[in-house]
Formats: sequence, structure tokens, C-alpha cells
Amino acid sequence: MTTISKEKLTGFYEDMVTARYYEERLQEEYLVGKQPAFDISAGPIPGELHLAAGHEASGIGVCHHLRDDDTVTAPHRPHHIAIAKDVDLDRMTAEIFGRETGLSSGKGGHMHLFDPEVNFACSGIIAQGCPPAVGAGMAAKKRGEDSVAVAFLGEGAISQGAFLESLNLASVRDLPVVFVIEDNDWAISMPKERVTAPLDGSRRADGFDMPGIRVDEDDVVDVYRAADEAIGRARDGNGPTLLELQVHRRMGHFMGDPETYRPEEDQELAKERDSIERLKEELRSHGVDEETMESIKTAAHERVDEAIEWAKEQPKPDPDAAYEDAFVNPPSGVTDTEPEFDLAGGED
Amino acid sequence: MTAETHPETVDRELTMSRAMVEAIADEMHENEEVFYMGEDVADYGGIFDSTQGLLDEFGHERIVDVPISETAYLGAAVGAAQEGMRPIAELMFVDFFGVAMDQIYNQMAKNTYMSGGAVNVPMVLTTAVGGGYNDAAQHSQTLYGTFAHLPGMKVVVPSTAYDAKGLMHNAIRDDDPVVYMFHKRLMGIGWMPAPDGPKTPVPETDYTIPFGSADVKREGSDVTVVTLGLHVHRALEAADSLAEEGVDVEVIDLRSLVPLDTDTVLESVRKTGRLVVVDEDYRSFGVTGEIIATAAEDALADLEAVERVAHPDVPIPYARPLENETIPDVEDIAAAVESVHR
Ligand SMILES: Cc1ncc(C[n+]2csc(CCOP(=O)(O)OP(=O)(O)O)c2C)c(N)n1
Repeated sequence: MTTISKEKLTGFYEDMVTARYYEERLQEEYLVGKQPAFDISAGPIPGELHLAAGHEASGIGVCHHLRDDDTVTAPHRPHHIAIAKDVDLDRMTAEIFGRETGLSSGKGGHMHLFDPEVNFACSGIIAQGCPPAVGAGMAAKKRGEDSVAVAFLGEGAISQGAFLESLNLASVRDLPVVFVIEDNDWAISMPKERVTAPLDGSRRADGFDMPGIRVDEDDVVDVYRAADEAIGRARDGNGPTLLELQVHRRMGHFMGDPETYRPEEDQELAKERDSIERLKEELRSHGVDEETMESIKTAAHERVDEAIEWAKEQPKPDPDAAYEDAFVNPPSGVTDTEPEFDLAGGED
Repeated sequence: MTAETHPETVDRELTMSRAMVEAIADEMHENEEVFYMGEDVADYGGIFDSTQGLLDEFGHERIVDVPISETAYLGAAVGAAQEGMRPIAELMFVDFFGVAMDQIYNQMAKNTYMSGGAVNVPMVLTTAVGGGYNDAAQHSQTLYGTFAHLPGMKVVVPSTAYDAKGLMHNAIRDDDPVVYMFHKRLMGIGWMPAPDGPKTPVPETDYTIPFGSADVKREGSDVTVVTLGLHVHRALEAADSLAEEGVDVEVIDLRSLVPLDTDTVLESVRKTGRLVVVDEDYRSFGVTGEIIATAAEDALADLEAVERVAHPDVPIPYARPLENETIPDVEDIAAAVESVHR
């Protein structure tokens, strides 16, 4: 079994406390102006907000194997994955606040974060990040590069056609793709036993002739080891893997979700099984003292606070910008656009 | 079935979602073959309250939570309908229709025709539409034009609780597939404030509103505004403010797109000579173009001016200043009316 260095572990810790605190701060900011009667259209952060507290072990354990040239597609609950993939935190935050300097100039918002610098993309439509990940794997293979693609999706998404079709295509073409199921037991209000068979999602791999691995506890070290195998296989040209990781949803599905469908014990359990606390135990056993952990956490919190402050000071987009960006090469009669950042795809 | 009761004679007011649910519950009591399936429709009661309370009354066998697999369950509704059942299947947001498009526009919509009428598909596809809460391009569309353009399905869009109930009764009883598009902002959900308009008196007895019967929501002699869904209320608000300036606006709520009540539109256009069409959907190739073409074909001589107000041909942006720019509001409608009235 691969040994994991103290530096690696503290790296996990740094990202996990960053992601957790980021969610806490977003929650606070999101609720500004939406109280006392929750009004989704009020306040500084517009639209829906899906928080990922309790999912950290998955995003961080997987993405710590990735380079900037590896592709990640994330679903509607993307922040922890984005942080672990080194998406620009300032511009991501500005995007969530709907500001001009946001990753997508305020057009996309929290479910549609695009950072071509680190090959990160999102979609709010269930499982629809899977086919583009297969495409990224195809491009890498055709070009003879050793980059890999990772598609994240929830356990509720694994009955979606796009996912199943993607497994098959990746398998028959032996593509360097890893599919990561984040199993938090719930798809909004639907518990997985009501809508998914079998309960172990990694068994979907059997039907597509690829390896399936399930990690039962949301332990970042276990996740890191499992991802090592899966991503290693992809990078070495040995094809796709399906990885299912148990995580927990500490919050409602989205902000404003009353969670009346969810037994209180289940909510409590989700909070008890805290992957950050688990990792702290691991760090202690490696001789990392409380002071060191505290200072990592403090620095992480500062970084988050700075990103949020910076984002809030950013200008709001000019209304006329609404007409830009539908095309990079606008047909006549359509407002022209000057891309401010380098284009990721072809530009002819 | 009773005839349409005039809403003003009833003193009970309901939100649009309560009215919709009441019709569904009535039909489920009357007919064992009616059932409802969709994501989060059971214990959650529908993300937009479209099935609130139905689980308690009918249980998980008739209010069915389904996997996130729109192709499978919308297609299953087609199959059950072809067997003579009367399924209602909910697509949580209309924007998600893309993942199941074949089942909708090739199977549900065309099987009657392709079978030469040998089979029919008596199902209702309910779906939430609309923006105005900054959820960006994958969660804010109305897509009225898309569904109305593809042949074989009836398309209804209520704007008030009264209409929602009568149209739902009609939809479930209809022997053809009906797409029932409810605007999130009209439902009366706690977390998404609605304008006052959609909450109306609703009779307790059942009643149907026939498809293809547009409703003149406000009579006027100067300008005709034709619209649907949320924008009925925005048009009425614009009409009220314009009345103070002496412009008398008639507001027509289409209520259904397929079939389309061209008579009511033409009659109004012949009276006013000035037409504004308002749509929350994309401007090109949509409801606005269709209504104006109808007026041009059949009332050209009476037509003095036309104007359309719609979402520009770009995806719906997230940030508030951008979305405010693109989704038509009361001022946009008032400005269009003024420009044709000049
Ligand atoms: C095609 C499609 N259908 C439905 C939805 C609405 N929706 C958004 S999130 C969600 C539940 C997702 O559950 P899961 O995949 O388990 O992820 P989790 O939210 O638990 O992280 C649903 C049904 C959607 N966005 N796209």
C-alpha cells in the first residue's frame, strides 16, 4: 500500500478546511437579505446554492492526484472539487457573487464554474458532465498525452442515460477516464434505496467491463489510495475505472431546503461522521501537533475571507454584457465580443 | 362536470399550486388509472409544490418518486398511457427536457399520428418554467416555442389559480398528450414570492377550461397585448400604469398555445389595430413571431403597428443586472405599448 507522507496529509487538511470554511462563509453570505422569510431572489448571492459540506474527502482525495492538464467535470455541488483542482478561488467567488471579474463574467454562477486554466467545467444538468469527460479522455489518447479526465457525479445521477452511455464508450475505447460517484445517500428528498438498484453503485462497472471500487467510509486517506489506483490505471493507458465514495450531506440539498423528508437521526449521523475530524486523528498519529493544525486552518480561513472580500468589491456586470459571449465568432447582427481571457478551445 | 363557474362568485382563494393539486386529487379520486410520477414528488411534495399533500392521500403507489432518469420515466408514462392509463409525469424544470427529448417529441408526441390513430397517448407532462430568480441558463427557460413548435402535443400555460385548476382537469381528461407548463413565480411557493395576480377565487366543484380559449384578462380599445404565463401579470401591471396616461390596453392571456385561439387575438387586433406580443421565451422563431404572423395573415388591413417583447436570443444569464436586462419586465412592456400607440 502506498505510504502517505505527512506533507501530503497536511495538504489534504489544508484543502479540506478551506472547502469547509468556504461553504460556511457562502452560507452566511447567501442568507444575507433572504431573511426572515426565505426569498431565493434576494441578497448578494443570487440563485440556488448547493453546498458540499461533508463531501470534502472525495474531491480532495481524488484531485490531489491531478495536474492542471487533467480535466475535471463537476456537477451542481462543485465547490470542494473546484478548490481541490486549484480553480482560481477569487474569480470563482466573484462568479458566485455574480460579478464582472468572475470566472464566467457573471453569466454562469455557482453551478457553472469554468476555469480553462486548470481544465475545470461544471453542469447543473444531472450526469451531463460525463460525456465531455469522455471527450477529454479521447483527446488525450488521440494526442498521445498522459493526461486523464475525471467526471464527478452524485449517486442519484447514476441512473441517468448519459452516465451509462459514457461508461460504455470509455470502456470500449479504453479511455483514460475516472468516474467518481459521490454517494451521500440522498438525491434531494429521495433516499437511494427508493430509486437505485443495486445500492452499491460501483457495481455498475461490472456491466461495462471495467473495474469498480467502492470506499465505504469518507476517509480522505482511503479515497486517496483508491484514486491512486484508478487514476494510475488511466494515466498508464489501461482504461477507465468507476469509483464510488461514501460521503455525507451535512446540509439540505440546496439552501432553503426544509429537509422535512429527512429523519433527524440521519442528519445527526452525517454530522458525526466528519471526515475532517478523522483526518485530524490521522495527522495526530503522524505527530502533527494541534498548533500546526490550527495555524493551517487559520491561514486557510484567511484565504477564504480574502477571496470573499475581494469578490464583494468587484464591479457588477454592465447590463449590455448580457448580449456578449453567445458566440466567439458572432454572426452579423449579433453584438461582437472581445474575449478577455484566452480561449480554451479552438478559435477559427 | 359542471360548466365554468364565474370566479368572482366564489369567495375561496387559492394559490396556483393549491389549485393545480386540487384538480389532480379530484381526478385521482374519480379515476384509478390516474397516477403521478416524477422526482421528489412524494415526500417532498414537488420542488415547486406541484404535488403538495398528495402522498398522504394516495401513497407511494400512486404518487411515485422515480430515479433521475427522465428518458425512462417519461417514456414509461408514454407506455402506460398507450395501455390506457392516465399518467401525469413531471419534469422538474423544463430545461431538463433535453435528456429525454426523444421520448417527448418522437414517442409521446408522434405515436398517435404514426400509428394512424391506432394508439393514443393520454398523458400529461407537467413542468416548471421561467426565470426571474437568477438560476442561469440551465434552469430558467420557458421553452414555450419549442414545445408548441413540435407537432403532436397540446401545450397549456396557466397564469392564475382559477385557470390552473380548469386547465388541469381538462388536461387529465384529454385523450392526447398535454404539456402543462407552470411558471415557478406563479405557484405561490414560500421561498419564491409571487405577484398578487395568480392567487384567485377557485370554485370547489370541478370545472374544465377548454384548450384554445384565450382569456381577455383586461378589456381595452387602444392596444392589444397578447401574452401568457407570468407575463400576463406584468402586462396587466403595465396596462394599469398606462391607463393613467390615457392609453387603454387590452390584455389577452393565451392560456394554451396548442391549440391556439386565433379568433380572440384577431378580434382584438381588428378592434385596436395595434399589437404587442410579450413572451418570456426567446425572441426568434417563437410565440411572438407566431402571433404576429397570424395577425398579418388574417388582419393585415387593420394592423397599424406591431412590436414584440421577448427574451433576446442569448442564454439566460446569472448575475442580477444581466438577467434584469434580458427578461422582459413591466417597463419593457409599457415602452412597447407606447411605441405602437404613438
Ligand atoms: C437531468 C436533470 N434532472 C433533474 C435535475 C434536478 N436535480 C438537481 S440535483 C438533483 C439530485 C441529485 O442527486 P445526486 O446526484 O445524488 O447528487 P447530490 O445532490 O446528492 O450531491 C436533481 C434531481 C437536474 N439538475 N437535471
